[in-house]
Amino acid sequence: MKIVVPIKRVLDPYAKVKPGSDGMSIDSGGAKSEINPFDEIALEEAVRLREKVGAVEIIVVAIGPAESEEQLRKALAMGADKAVLIETTTSPDSRAVALELESFVREQNPDLVLMGKQATDDDSNQVGQILAARLGWPQATFASEVTPGSGSLTVIRETDTGTETLQIQLPAVVTADLRLNEPRYIALPGIIKARSKPLEKRAPATALQSFVTVTGFTAPPARKAGKRVANVEELIAELKAAGSI
Amino acid sequence: MGKSLFLSLDGTDLAVGAAVAANFAEAFDVIVLTSTVNDSFGAEKVMATGWASLPPAAAYAGELAKLATGYARVFAVSAMWSKDLLPRAAGVADAACVTDVLSIESDTRFTRPMYAGAIVATVEVSAPQTWFTFRPVGFPAVSDAGASVPTETVAIQVDDSAVRNIGTRAKEGGRPDLSAAKVVVSGGRPLKDAASFERVIGGLADALGGAVGATRAAVDAGIAANELQVGQTGKIVAPDLYIAAGISGSTQHMAGIKDSKLIVAINTDGDAPIFSIADLGLVGDLYEVLPVLERELKKA
Ligand SMILES: Cc1cc2nc3c(=O)[nH]c(=O)nc-3n(C[C@H](O)[C@H](O)[C@H](O)COP(=O)(O)OP(=O)(O)OC[C@H]3O[C@@H](n4cnc5c(N)ncnc54)[C@H](O)[C@@H]3O)c2cc1C
Repeated sequence: MKIVVPIKRVLDPYAKVKPGSDGMSIDSGGAKSEINPFDEIALEEAVRLREKVGAVEIIVVAIGPAESEEQLRKALAMGADKAVLIETTTSPDSRAVALELESFVREQNPDLVLMGKQATDDDSNQVGQILAARLGWPQATFASEVTPGSGSLTVIRETDTGTETLQIQLPAVVTADLRLNEPRYIALPGIIKARSKPLEKRAPATALQSFVTVTGFTAPPARKAGKRVANVEELIAELKAAGSI
Repeated sequence: MGKSLFLSLDGTDLAVGAAVAANFAEAFDVIVLTSTVNDSFGAEKVMATGWASLPPAAAYAGELAKLATGYARVFAVSAMWSKDLLPRAAGVADAACVTDVLSIESDTRFTRPMYAGAIVATVEVSAPQTWFTFRPVGFPAVSDAGASVPTETVAIQVDDSAVRNIGTRAKEGGRPDLSAAKVVVSGGRPLKDAASFERVIGGLADALGGAVGATRAAVDAGIAANELQVGQTGKIVAPDLYIAAGISGSTQHMAGIKDSKLIVAINTDGDAPIFSIADLGLVGDLYEVLPVLERELKKA
């Protein structure tokens, strides 16, 4: 079995970000970058599938700046066999990323694409679905449990009202939600040890042309801190005064 | 330019869909996916599939994209079902796709949240067709139910040969829907187990006729169901009253509650970030505060 896991380099999701003074950039206060947490969960699941079913080849692919090498090295340390960095300095939209991934997936011909349901910077939650559509493959988004079968997967996915269980034929695209697993911790020596694993750099195969372009960033309206109340009686009085109860 | 198509899950979101459609000059049609409706809310044509429940997105997104040919835009309320479906259909149509639209500035310019709501981005779309999901809070529901128009049945072929739903677990009924509730009571990590969560958080929610919500920490710990998660990657809520009990106020959680009218925080730590956005804050133990609050409300 062969699994492709796309990886995005994003700002630390716990960093405090705000619009830059030019309104065209993001001010992260010098925060670190990480593997998008959902992608890390997807990769962890790929590694666990290998631990369950044996022969599984895992290829991680990043579309992004040269610095994404850092995240790919970590992915190799987590258990990926091979990494490919498709270098670009632009910020393609979800469709452009999906088209580039489509080209990569057609070349690699995997049984499964396992990826994060969304990136914590852009929060678009689209690439997996667009990729699956382009490939004409079935999809199971927001997965919280994946069980391998023969030529198929059983996926429990989170829905608005609970969960549903999908039986899905391979090849397929599965996107990971938070509950799928808890990724293993990789210490620095592990990352150094993974240095000998192959990491290939290449140029994009597609034009990375976006339909959706960001033209500016602003801060959302701020909420101010209100009043402190000393006890439940005061709280109830305030709620009554506000007409909330 | 061109007509709009609103995808309604069950008809209950038609009034807010009409409010979004009002931002565009041309008329709009509606497809109701899992129910039927009586009022048009101004739609020119109302179609219904006749389905009792949603098939897997991949089983009909292609057919839906075909049906949507000729519309300038297709949209639906932001939810997990729509985020599963719309990008897939847009992918088939090779259309632009925009997630979580907050406001519509022009036919091609929208605002949307990024970085767990810490940033509002303006995006410009250039494509023959645009599919988008929107956050209802920016679009006050249309009150005029409009003339009732006959519902046309629309046959959308479902091909589930490659992906089949073999089981559904839906939350037990009783409490109002979290995304639409007027009152939400949410609990976080300090709730010890599912039983105390239900007793303390559920008890207060019932006394207020409200819905129950939870943080990711509470869901991950198995003390609350996944569909109750509020935040960046869970549900976005905007009730009249949001009570956060034992919730620290992470960026990811606050992303889901910022549009609530009145936020109440109850937390033992007076420095918890939740107090920086709460309208009313009470430093205290939720196990002591909530039962008293519940009792007093039941008395009143
Ligand atoms: C990619 C990503 C996505 C995420 N998405 C979401 C999301 O959608 N929603 C979400 O909620 N989180 C999300 N998170 C997690 C988020 O970062 C926080 O970890 C989480 O919200 C914390 O939950 P909490 O407030 O319950 O727990 P904690 O942060 O541990 O806070 C518990 C609070 O309870 C207080 N407390 C303890 N005992 C008592 C008591 N007896 N009475 C009163 N107060 C008490 C403490 O003082 C503390 O402030 C996400 C994280 C990541 C990385």
